[in-house]
Amino acid sequence: MHFSILVNGERRVVEADPDTPLLWVLRDDLHLSGTKFGCGIAQCGACTVHLDGVPARACVTPISAVGTAPVVTIEGIGASEWGRKVKAAWLELDVMQCGYCQAGQVMSATALLAKNPHPTDADIDQAMHGNICRCCTYTRIRAAIKQAAGLPTADTREARS
Amino acid sequence: MSVRDDREPLGDATELSRREFLSVALTAGGSLLLTLNVPSAAGAPGHTAAAPLNPYIRIDPDGTITIVAKNPEIGQGMKTTLPMLIADELDADWSGVRVEQAMLNPIYGPQFAGGSLGTPLNWIPMQRVGAAGRQMLLTAAAHAWHVPLEDCVAERSTVRHRTSGRTLGYGALASRAAALPAPDLSTVRLKTPAEYTIIGRFTGGVDSPRVLAGEPLFGIDVQLPDLSYAVYAKSPVFGARLVRANLEELKAQPGVRDAFVLRASQPDAAIKMGLVDGVAIIADKWWDAQKALRTLRAEWEPRAASNQSTHAFALEADRLARLAPQSVLRRDGDVETALAHAHQTVSAAYAYPFLAHATLEPQNCTARVGRDGSVEIWAPTQNPAPGARLIAQTLSVDPSKIRVHMTRIGGGFGRRLNNDYMVEAAAIAQHARRPIKLLWNREQDLQHDSYRPGGFHHFTAGLDAEGRLTAFRDHFITFGQNGHVASSAELPRDHFPAGYVPALQFAQSLIQLDVPTGPMRNPGGNALAFAFESFLDEIAHAGGRDPLALRLELYGPARVLPAPPPRYGVTPPPFDTGRVRGVLEDVARRSGWAERKRLPAGTGMGLAFYYSHFGYVAEVIQASVAPDGIPRIHKVWASVDIGSQIINPAGAYNQAQGAILDGLGQALHLLVTLEEGRVLQKNFDTYRLLRIEEAPPIEVHFVRSANPPTGLGEPALPPALPALCNALFAATGQRIRSLPINAQELRTIAA
Repeated sequence: MHFSILVNGERRVVEADPDTPLLWVLRDDLHLSGTKFGCGIAQCGACTVHLDGVPARACVTPISAVGTAPVVTIEGIGASEWGRKVKAAWLELDVMQCGYCQAGQVMSATALLAKNPHPTDADIDQAMHGNICRCCTYTRIRAAIKQAAGLPTADTREARS
Repeated sequence: MSVRDDREPLGDATELSRREFLSVALTAGGSLLLTLNVPSAAGAPGHTAAAPLNPYIRIDPDGTITIVAKNPEIGQGMKTTLPMLIADELDADWSGVRVEQAMLNPIYGPQFAGGSLGTPLNWIPMQRVGAAGRQMLLTAAAHAWHVPLEDCVAERSTVRHRTSGRTLGYGALASRAAALPAPDLSTVRLKTPAEYTIIGRFTGGVDSPRVLAGEPLFGIDVQLPDLSYAVYAKSPVFGARLVRANLEELKAQPGVRDAFVLRASQPDAAIKMGLVDGVAIIADKWWDAQKALRTLRAEWEPRAASNQSTHAFALEADRLARLAPQSVLRRDGDVETALAHAHQTVSAAYAYPFLAHATLEPQNCTARVGRDGSVEIWAPTQNPAPGARLIAQTLSVDPSKIRVHMTRIGGGFGRRLNNDYMVEAAAIAQHARRPIKLLWNREQDLQHDSYRPGGFHHFTAGLDAEGRLTAFRDHFITFGQNGHVASSAELPRDHFPAGYVPALQFAQSLIQLDVPTGPMRNPGGNALAFAFESFLDEIAHAGGRDPLALRLELYGPARVLPAPPPRYGVTPPPFDTGRVRGVLEDVARRSGWAERKRLPAGTGMGLAFYYSHFGYVAEVIQASVAPDGIPRIHKVWASVDIGSQIINPAGAYNQAQGAILDGLGQALHLLVTLEEGRVLQKNFDTYRLLRIEEAPPIEVHFVRSANPPTGLGEPALPPALPALCNALFAATGQRIRSLPINAQELRTIAA
């Protein structure tokens, strides 16, 4: 079947079975391979993209379910103000180790800040819970989100515990 | 183009001349470093060839400096660290440096990511490479200006003549410098730390902007013309033989090009992480191959592993524990008499499970087999040379016909020291006669690992009336194949407290294991630290001693012990008990260890120390238990001594924090369960990696001692597990002797 989807502002037409996950359309048909495969069951968040501005796990989103919702991936997120800020903070704090999960982390963080520009630690926990970092760069992910939001980056959770 | 491409298939004429030049220079070089020259044609109009000063450094006429990173990048930061060492000594302007990943090539010497050896093996050699380059550029400028060499200084990719103030950029000097004889690497002058301009500076990962742009850097991202995708189905029961499979049905699935059977290269291929029996499915899209995989019907003939289970291992360990040990690894003094005469004895049994690596990028590899039988591989491998050898042996290909591109790697943790996915991809590409990208799904990845082996320790300690440790005995029940200890299942003879207790015995018994094991981040230490450092805490409490004071007493006054024998061709630095004291005292001071009794009821602090990979790490954890039994980790303090110099603080703090959290995740959640020779966990719903809300604040402090810098990928991990368990004991009185921590048991205490 043919599907016409809007990816990073561009109209793309792909031929795929309706049950094909958006992840594989992005990676193998459109060669937008910044979005990663980690688990295939929406457990790790490596495949996080935005559907209509909302974070979605592309590994369990059939292409047939995308419809008219604009898709934004890591390749296009820098075009938004929050995307630009989040990426800048990620680089300034040198968040990544292997980097494999980081596209998904950036997509979830950007969606959080677009909705909630002054997140608390609890907000960050909730928004980022679905994104596993196997290298465990969580300390810096938390700090980078705060930095992008213009908040103090010190980890103050202990003082409140 | 770069020096790494010297074996690239021929392209156009420029390609040819450059290739000839490089291969001639390489042949003539002997030692090969610093013998590369650039033809004088480099200055000819319109010619923009870069000038390689040596296999690691190339300088373009426009001043762009390209530095080759020889080791694989798994997130440990070597692709940034090694070029930093070169660039500092080269006096390069880091902002104008490009970094390129080397291919597998003997000119670079050892190329692997493992053992936290990147820094200790390369600290001096990489600096020398850069210093030699600087010396050549300085000499070139002195020649150009007809001035004494001593009057020339290098800074930020420019040479300046001190007296006249004239300057020449490295780009302008490159071809002249490359024509000079190479200096003797062993005699080039290296900077003093005060002269460093890049080493020690917070430096972001060189690939990071590209990762965040979504560029195709990882193995899974490799694209080639006419690329097909492959899945490879193996028996979930290790070592099973494939009897038959519904190949015709598979071939009829939508999008499938082919389906075929491959056979194990040797009977013990499963244990050795070689090519095992399986069904390959080739399709134009990976999703089509993956969908076809669901229709696979295969009959497997089980072999030895089919009777293996976690439950049976525990029963066998219990049985062996009641018998005399099968072998004695070490015996100091008379441990039985010492225990008999002890004021009190303490006994405890510890156990830890099998673990999977679970790299977030599933195993994958891309392979292309040429008509001449040559094999080209794009692999996210930590250990490319043995991977190439495995392919050569299994496919009967001349090793000289195998080329390996090292891609960026989505997590290593030791998993990719084994190269089973490489040989699978090569064998599939050879059979399919087309380039293929093999990609495992997560279920395959968790079910076909080289696991961190579980283990059982039966400890007995003897204490005198003052609580001093006088005798120590461990009956270690571990795993092996036919009397040989399995990979990463060893207890080192010199493991602490051996050598520090007058009477000690390490003894061992083996459970037969038909499941593959292998190194996982801090092999040995990731398991042994939990058992030994927790039991040491028990000894301290039994003797009424402060766990810190007991450790300081055992290690004794600051002194340097004789260097152990070489390992991986490196002579380890001598063990320094002063460095142990240094980190223990530092972490105690910063965490407020002495005031820990003032913490509220239900909150406790735990301490652990571990020496591994030449690094000295002490950690304190403060924790409590929530009413539901879930441990709540308030904070972690770590003191780390890896020598005089932190090469890149950006990477160093990240490695230490990540290793600590990795260890905490293992303690809290992780286990692999075997049943009838297969692994039950299939994905992250049951193999529970740590998540952000579980990651506590961590304070890392580097204690600078006057020692050469050593590696940091691994040493911060082991103490995290016992520090947590010791903290939970302090908080609740409940001793954790089996991992992962059982929240059910803690709940009753907390309630």
